[in-house]
Amino acid sequence: MATKNYAGKSVEVNDEGYMVDPSQWSKEIAAEIAKEEGIELTDKHYEVLEFLRNANEKGETLTIRRVGKSGIVDIKGLYQLFPGGPLKFSSKFAGIPKPASCV
Amino acid sequence: MKKILILGGGTAGTMMANKLYKALDRQEWEITIVDQHKTHYYQPGFLFIPFGIYNKSDVVKPKGDFFPAGVKVIYQEIDRIEGEENRVHLTDGSSLKYDFLVIATGTQTRPDETPGLQGEEWYKSIFDFYTVEGAVALQRFFKTWEGGKLVMCISELPFKCPVAPIEFVCLAEAYFTGKGIRDKVDITFVTPLAGAFTKPIATKMLSQLLDDKNIKVVPEFYLESVDNEKKVIKSYDEVEIPFDVLTIVPVNMGSEMIERSGLGDDMNYVETDKETLQSKKFENIFVLGDAANIPTSKAGSVAHFAAEILFENMMNAFENRPPTAKFDGHANCYIETGYGKGALIDFNYDTEPLPGTFPLPGIGPFGLLKNTKINHYGKMIFRWIYWHILLRGKEMPIEAHMTMAGKKNNID
Ligand SMILES: Cc1cc2nc3c(=O)[nH]c(=O)nc-3n(C[C@H](O)[C@H](O)[C@H](O)COP(=O)(O)OP(=O)(O)OC[C@H]3O[C@@H](n4cnc5c(N)ncnc54)[C@H](O)[C@@H]3O)c2cc1C
Repeated sequence: MATKNYAGKSVEVNDEGYMVDPSQWSKEIAAEIAKEEGIELTDKHYEVLEFLRNANEKGETLTIRRVGKSGIVDIKGLYQLFPGGPLKFSSKFAGIPKPASCV
Repeated sequence: MKKILILGGGTAGTMMANKLYKALDRQEWEITIVDQHKTHYYQPGFLFIPFGIYNKSDVVKPKGDFFPAGVKVIYQEIDRIEGEENRVHLTDGSSLKYDFLVIATGTQTRPDETPGLQGEEWYKSIFDFYTVEGAVALQRFFKTWEGGKLVMCISELPFKCPVAPIEFVCLAEAYFTGKGIRDKVDITFVTPLAGAFTKPIATKMLSQLLDDKNIKVVPEFYLESVDNEKKVIKSYDEVEIPFDVLTIVPVNMGSEMIERSGLGDDMNYVETDKETLQSKKFENIFVLGDAANIPTSKAGSVAHFAAEILFENMMNAFENRPPTAKFDGHANCYIETGYGKGALIDFNYDTEPLPGTFPLPGIGPFGLLKNTKINHYGKMIFRWIYWHILLRGKEMPIEAHMTMAGKKNNID
């Protein structure tokens, strides 16, 4: 567990840099975390983040396929928005736990 | 008469029919079970067929042999559940009323979900071993194969028996070594996960195991399509992996019947309370086995442990008590690693697989996360246990809830 400074706020994150408390999240924080991974967030990105936050709140299991069926982007598009790790990065920017894809 | 209806007569449904039938007054209760097929497959045995260790006849028996005589059996496809009306519609147009319903329709492989998977090369150089047909076709192929690139690819999560693909590559490694052509076979394990398994400590142990056997692991590969002409698999971020023979775990999904009933998530798994095992929509609908969307392994052992909890909660419901029994997600899987050895993992919703020993009165202890001969015997006697104890709903000397006895918690 560590504390990081994003958008002028101190935010609790785990060893992998994922936010511990989703309620601390803001769009500005998301933008700064994304910048660390070299990604500039657009409206489309934010739509995906909102979707993930809602799904997480409802306790849904998050998979790439699930996001691909959300009507916001298809899977290919998701990879283009978050190159190198669509779910890994989008969940990180959304301030929710990394989806432990279920065994 | 009060009516209990069980949908699906596979591992979970059969177990539940036996448990309930034994416990309930036959004058008061009528139990009916519906399944579309008459053959029961011992699915864990599919893994051994490609290598000629088992044949088809070792893994099939009539379903009817395992249903208690007083249970009504209907062999028909289920069309949908009408939860508001306590009614189930079958595809022949008939319908059945129930007071309590158990959904145990499992999960199916859906190769049609991946473009190109069922193309020209399907069952020529592309095989699944999650169906008896695929496993038998692969056995025939391996008999005369002279070597090349063997790629084992997992299409999507979740899939049943998450250790089966790891076991498959280990057994393949031993098989080709035995045939004297290991140096001509290049084995690659391709997975959408970040490592060989989901949980960190087990991943570490299993990665080491695969590395020792010179099996390559390609993590974070999310399969988009298969190109039959070029013989490559392609990911969504456009990585290509060439193969000479591709063994695949196709996308796994729950029955379409669940979708038509409006009870599932988008993989057609029933939305289920992970502790009480009740449907989230209807109190008198219960879910057991692979059909449930609970966050644990889809495995026969899980269905067995969950069945004890479900049984208690159904008894509670029959007598208008709240569902006080709580499932902890307990899973217990033998991992066959080749050369007559095996490993064992034991875990639940909250505790990841840990090393140590697993106490089993009379037979054990088994080594947890260790590669030993006794674990291999555990796997092989599992078939006998499956047919004779598990399906018949008898007690096993293992607790439904996971125990920390023997587990080592403080390792680095
Ligand atoms: C290769 C492989 C290896 C495995 N190894 C292991 C292992 O080592 N240990 C372990 O514990 N587990 C293992 N498993 C997993 C285990 O076999 C399953 O988890 C278990 O069988 C699940 O039981 P179930 O009753 O939920 O589903 P199933 O046994 O699949 O039964 C579902 C039933 O529902 C019926 N059905 C579905 N839809 C309909 C419909 N619409 N109408 C009528 N009938 C329908 C089907 O015909 C089927 O009979 C393995 C599986 C595979 C494929």
